[in-house]
Amino acid sequence: MRRLSYQLPLVLLLLVLTAPLLAGIETYTFETPEQEQAYKNLTEELRCLVCQNQNIADSNAELAQDLRKKAYQQVKQGKSEDEVAEWMVDRYGDFVLYRPPVKATTLFLWVGPLLFLLIAFVVLWRIGRARRNQPPEADSVDEQSLEQARHMLENKES
Amino acid sequence: MKSMRYVVPLLIFVALVALLLKGLGQDPKEVPSPLVGKPAPAFTAQQLHVPEKQFSASDMKGRVWMLNVWASWCFSCRAEHELVTRMAREHGIVVVGLNYKDEPADAKGWLQQFGNPYVTSVMDQEGDIGIEYGVYGVPESFIIDKSGVIRRKVIGPINDSAEEKPQNSVDQLLAFINELEAE
Amino acid sequence: MIPEIGHIALILALGIAVIQAFFPLAGAQLGIRSWVSVARPAANLQMLFMLVAFGSLMYAFIDFDFSVKYVATNSNSKLPTLYRVSAVWGGHEGSLLLWATILAVWGFAVSLFSRSIPDVMVARVLGVLGLVSIGFLMFTLLTSNPFDRIPMQADGRDLNPLLQDFGLAVHPPMLYMGYVGLVVPFAFAIAAMLGGRLDAAWARWSRPWTNIAWLFLTIGISLGSWWAYYELGWGGWWFWDPVENASFMPWLVATALMHSLAVTEKRGAFKAWTVLLAIFAFSLSLLGTFLVRSGVLTSVHAFASDPARGVFILAFLAVVVGGSLALFAARGKSIRSFVSFDLLSRESGLLLNNILLVVVTFMVLLGTVYPIIHNAFGWGNLSVGKPYFDLFFVILTVPLAIALGAGQLLRWKRDSMTNLFSKVRTALIVSVVAGVGAAALLMPTFSLSAALGIGIGVWIVCTTGKAIREQLASRSFSAIPRGFWGMAFGHVGVAFFAVGITLTSVYSIEKDIRLAPGESYELGGFNFEFDKVNDISGPNYSGNRGVITITKDGFETVLHPEKRNYFSSGMPMTEAGIDAGFTRDLFVALGEPLGDGAWAVRLYHKPFIRWIWLGTIIMALGGFLAATDKRYLRMASRARRQSRQAAITEGAAA
Repeated sequence: MRRLSYQLPLVLLLLVLTAPLLAGIETYTFETPEQEQAYKNLTEELRCLVCQNQNIADSNAELAQDLRKKAYQQVKQGKSEDEVAEWMVDRYGDFVLYRPPVKATTLFLWVGPLLFLLIAFVVLWRIGRARRNQPPEADSVDEQSLEQARHMLENKES
Repeated sequence: MKSMRYVVPLLIFVALVALLLKGLGQDPKEVPSPLVGKPAPAFTAQQLHVPEKQFSASDMKGRVWMLNVWASWCFSCRAEHELVTRMAREHGIVVVGLNYKDEPADAKGWLQQFGNPYVTSVMDQEGDIGIEYGVYGVPESFIIDKSGVIRRKVIGPINDSAEEKPQNSVDQLLAFINELEAE
Repeated sequence: MIPEIGHIALILALGIAVIQAFFPLAGAQLGIRSWVSVARPAANLQMLFMLVAFGSLMYAFIDFDFSVKYVATNSNSKLPTLYRVSAVWGGHEGSLLLWATILAVWGFAVSLFSRSIPDVMVARVLGVLGLVSIGFLMFTLLTSNPFDRIPMQADGRDLNPLLQDFGLAVHPPMLYMGYVGLVVPFAFAIAAMLGGRLDAAWARWSRPWTNIAWLFLTIGISLGSWWAYYELGWGGWWFWDPVENASFMPWLVATALMHSLAVTEKRGAFKAWTVLLAIFAFSLSLLGTFLVRSGVLTSVHAFASDPARGVFILAFLAVVVGGSLALFAARGKSIRSFVSFDLLSRESGLLLNNILLVVVTFMVLLGTVYPIIHNAFGWGNLSVGKPYFDLFFVILTVPLAIALGAGQLLRWKRDSMTNLFSKVRTALIVSVVAGVGAAALLMPTFSLSAALGIGIGVWIVCTTGKAIREQLASRSFSAIPRGFWGMAFGHVGVAFFAVGITLTSVYSIEKDIRLAPGESYELGGFNFEFDKVNDISGPNYSGNRGVITITKDGFETVLHPEKRNYFSSGMPMTEAGIDAGFTRDLFVALGEPLGDGAWAVRLYHKPFIRWIWLGTIIMALGGFLAATDKRYLRMASRARRQSRQAAITEGAAA
């Protein structure tokens, strides 16, 4: 029992992963180029839940195929990208979106980079200010001049 | 103290290590269900053994029941099946099977071979009902209360050993169902 | 027999690593000369033992020794020789062995090319390398031994078909040379902190090592990207997958480190920054190793994930990085520089550059580990993917690219806005005109992003051209130092890269379509005609091969996309048919057969995609030029001359 149960997740995974590395090529036809673009955007931003980090456009796992079909049907019915995405999230949660939603729990994720940038500029400004007030050091001879001097000496040597 | 600033990288690093340590105990692939606490999606489908009759989720209103997603091609379901049978036969739990993306002949054969604990099994050959329930793997189980609200989703097979997934332990689930019965 | 030799060699290497770590470090600290001189011989010996170990594993693969568990799980009797060799690093255990071997190679290189560096410093550097080796060798021997035996198997399970490819065979060694190579500047930084001496000389010693590690990392990452493009069949070249990010983050910091070292050498400034960046770069390498092997994040690239192994690596990471940062906390104040420079100067320009690079790194780190954070707080799993990273990457790197152009023209120590502006005025006008003009006239449709991308590319090339002209104004062509060319090439590489990624993302066209024999479809002005699909077979696979003829205005080419089924694993694989060009790629992939000889095919027109990898190659070339600047060779020959003279005088005295 124990041996089987620890192999189970692996087996489960294997069973559900059919040809995951073939691109998910579907020959769907669309009425308008906007619909085709909407389908393309959706399949690139929806996650394949049974794969090791792929979107449903690139995976041929069965669930990916099923979800592509759903996305296609809904886009054909005239639903917008947001509506289809919401439909998916209602059933699978935020995990299915590669574009994380902006909520209280992802606030730091979305604000973080700009916060880092702000901190960086504050640091830069403070260093700039400190440096301007710094008296020049006695031994901080310009390395370029030092290099030139060395160069001249060596040319004299050889 | 100006020299305090040199400790900052170390502090950030310690926080990162703590986070990663916590991360080692988590499963990055588990998809929690957004349907817990919401009404179970309605469906009506053909019954496996009685194809001329239909079954609706709403038929179960007023009772606590478990929807168990299974298939004849699923190995893990075999291990879980013993426990599901135990739940149904020994504890009187009402279990409805959702036969997911399967052939009726294979499904019936499987139940004949391993026993049929289900009050009934419904066919979901296209997987549409599964998608409505956010099914992404087999087996999965949903515990639904008397008013038709999904109260718990069990991801993966139900087990009887604490070392595997404690939240999938059959004893825990039985206790949980008892609580729901008392509501 | 041979695997046992390999195993013993590994154990001996561990023993040597202990000696290499303990004696030189203690000797340097306590002033014991004999202990200090153990460093070089120890490093050389370690390299020898690691080569034996690595060679043994390779022999086991070439010889089809399926009684070795690792060989059995990663090889097959029908596997072609080239892939039997590359299978050595195809799985977790073997790739760890590769890591440790490359670490030994770098140690040997340091031991060989450090004549001009004081022995005490070399001892400390090699000692730190020894410490890192101890960690990796212990990890390998205790948890991931590639030499474990099993009962002889009839046949092996086969190497993952995805890895049976030249690009992917070469990608790990290149990548690891870079990843692991960052240990050298790290070791130099630790050595400098331990010795209490951090000066321009230290920076000068560290620079070539950093440049070489950086260039390998550049090549390694771009090989991976190029491979993903032609092998995976979805026309993509970067997915912001956690493992990809794990290699990109050290690259970003290594770039910042290269620039910071330049300032520390030339002006004695940024000492604390440089040390911190050196620690940061290698820490990210170790973090990458952790992320790939611990199972803490989901990735297509992950080796078999094992949380138990993850704990070991995390502990090692905590000790190495924690230790270095603790040392930094203690010694930071004493190594800081007191060099003044103006708000508008090359120093501050480079500081801005480094800060922006570090911000990008933090952004990538945040996005990569955020799912773990989210889950840790009990909010469930979250996906952070391309949409997030693409957005912030563009926001942060556009100012960086603009600053790059102007920065290389700034004067050291003090410059003025009027002076700078007079230098860049022409470049500015040309870039704006070229960007908008090219996007409007040369491209299928006008796009602001395209204009921006082209504009930035032209801006960088123009400002670099100006920098070259400035050099020529004060010296002859042959007198321009190679280091300068390194910078020029590096920056021009960035320009090509920027144009490539912009134009490809904006103007790529893709179509999934059903084509029957004889049917054709027009895409991007090209006519794709579907002829037929044949059955084929190879050494360890069978499958289908399509024939697609592409024509346009007298141009014609035939592509052969394939679908292969590998016998041993049953895994199906696509091999896309690609017509590569300087200004565009034409790409065809086979889908499923749809009956009556018709197939689902995916067609792509990808403009300027090759510029992406052309850019990275030019960048890597820049790194090579910078690393082989005559100054370093002069340093080496001067050192050799000195030691020869010392030998002569010693001989004379004897």
